[in-house]
Amino acid sequence: MTSNTAQYDVVSIRNDFPILNRKIFGKPLVYLDNGASTQRPTQVIDAVTDLYENHYSNVHRGVHTLSQESSVLYDDARVKVRGFINAACVHEVVFTSGATESINLVAQSYARPRLQKGDEILITHMEHHSNIVPWQMVCEQTGAELKVVPISDKGELEMDRFHELLSEKTKLVSVVHVSNALGTVNPVKELIDAAHALGVPVLVDGAQAVPHIPVDVQKLGADFYAFSGHKIYGPTGVGVLYGKEKLLNEMPPYQGGGDMILSVSFEGTTYNQLPYKFEAGTPNIAGVVGLGAAIDYVQKIGLGAIAAHEHGLLVYATSRLRRIDGLRIIGEADQKAGLISFVLDAVHPHDIGTMLDAEGVAVRAGHHCAQPVMERFKVPATARASFAMYNTFDEIDVLAEAIVKTIGMFS
Amino acid sequence: MENLRELYQEVILDHNKNPRNFRKMEDPDGFAHGNNPLCGDQIDIYLKIKDGLVEDVSFDGAGCAICTSSASMMTMALKGKTEADAEALFNSFHHALTEDAAYPDDVPLGKLAVLTGVKDYPVRVKCATLAWHTFDAALKKIQGEVSTE
Repeated sequence: MTSNTAQYDVVSIRNDFPILNRKIFGKPLVYLDNGASTQRPTQVIDAVTDLYENHYSNVHRGVHTLSQESSVLYDDARVKVRGFINAACVHEVVFTSGATESINLVAQSYARPRLQKGDEILITHMEHHSNIVPWQMVCEQTGAELKVVPISDKGELEMDRFHELLSEKTKLVSVVHVSNALGTVNPVKELIDAAHALGVPVLVDGAQAVPHIPVDVQKLGADFYAFSGHKIYGPTGVGVLYGKEKLLNEMPPYQGGGDMILSVSFEGTTYNQLPYKFEAGTPNIAGVVGLGAAIDYVQKIGLGAIAAHEHGLLVYATSRLRRIDGLRIIGEADQKAGLISFVLDAVHPHDIGTMLDAEGVAVRAGHHCAQPVMERFKVPATARASFAMYNTFDEIDVLAEAIVKTIGMFS
Repeated sequence: MENLRELYQEVILDHNKNPRNFRKMEDPDGFAHGNNPLCGDQIDIYLKIKDGLVEDVSFDGAGCAICTSSASMMTMALKGKTEADAEALFNSFHHALTEDAAYPDDVPLGKLAVLTGVKDYPVRVKCATLAWHTFDAALKKIQGEVSTE
């Protein structure tokens, strides 16, 4: 089957990703582990190479040419991120090492000083460990309590329970935008509106959302929004914390060091303004520059077009996989992004992973850092095929055929 | 996929489908829980020791085919062995999966040798050794040593 989105030139997109030419055991790579990490286009690789070959020095420190050029490239990336998520201003964009650090920053700098015994943090049952553990840690530190919104058999949030659990005790809601284990797209606008009605701020974990659906933090009303560069075709080790200016200004620094200060003496230190207050030490300059290039690339293709293409892949893959006897899809929300978690009656997910790899098909097998989700659906693990802008309908066919072969070998 | 026949040999698939000694044990002398946090494999090992011999060993839990079949074959290999022979077999099996050359005091693996194909799949080695490490922990508990696992 070929692409049914005629205007979407998946062939030319694929040509931008050198790694897609890889052969695995002599077979063309079918890369369906994009939920774990996407691949990078030449444009991102070249941007990082160009920085190192022609412009690199430390940022915000030197008067010499290279330092200035690096600073410009670094600061330009922040402008790109602002536009990409439509933050109200550039200094609401803080660079971190990834979504995990972004969430930890909010937990330690925003929540910890405010929380006391009797307070509650509200998360959901479909969170990634990175949106569970930082809150457990801050609850331990403060005596606050973690409350969890349950999910239905389809893998959707039980909104009635959310409204019941949201109360005057709730001091923060932290919710995943798109579930990495189930693909569910949560109604974050509705969640945020309900929380704001009680004056409760909301952090949205957008790691799996920004590569796949257009995100406008102002329209959503999110108080904090976290995502990682490597899931959106950018480098590893870089991520973003968006925060409303007012909240970020009220928060103490998360780490101390260089670049986050205006002046230091042994009598006291004056902290730098936003966003530098939260960027202590030499930042991941190449990572940030690469992230800027990745955002340029995604915007050139257009997130609307990417979302439509990936939705087509999801619909096609769902119908193909449903026809396979003994295969069960975990997570069948009405609103889903481009990934399918599944289990086979006869074959454990790790064995599925190894078998598919032999056919050149890369999928994730395991608990997806979402053990509570696995426990909720009473499976030890799942196999997960997650799609990106460069995947094709032919690749879905290869996946489906490899699954059928796997079942055959184990029966 | 046919090249995986070396890894997933018939005997392995058979033990996966029909695992031997796959049961909880009443009043075991030794028990340990093994967990591979990377992939979520969970194995419980139950152990009865009498006069220095492994009188009975069984397992319970959920894991992949490599993990389950390795646990199943392990229980068959260990029954009737002295504690010292069981330890020697564990060490030899571990060497066969993780080292390039056998150690001088390694003992023959017998039927367990079908699992040595796992050596070519480094990420799966832990699947094959989980039950053995768990057995080792259960035995050491009986012997009164503190487990370092």
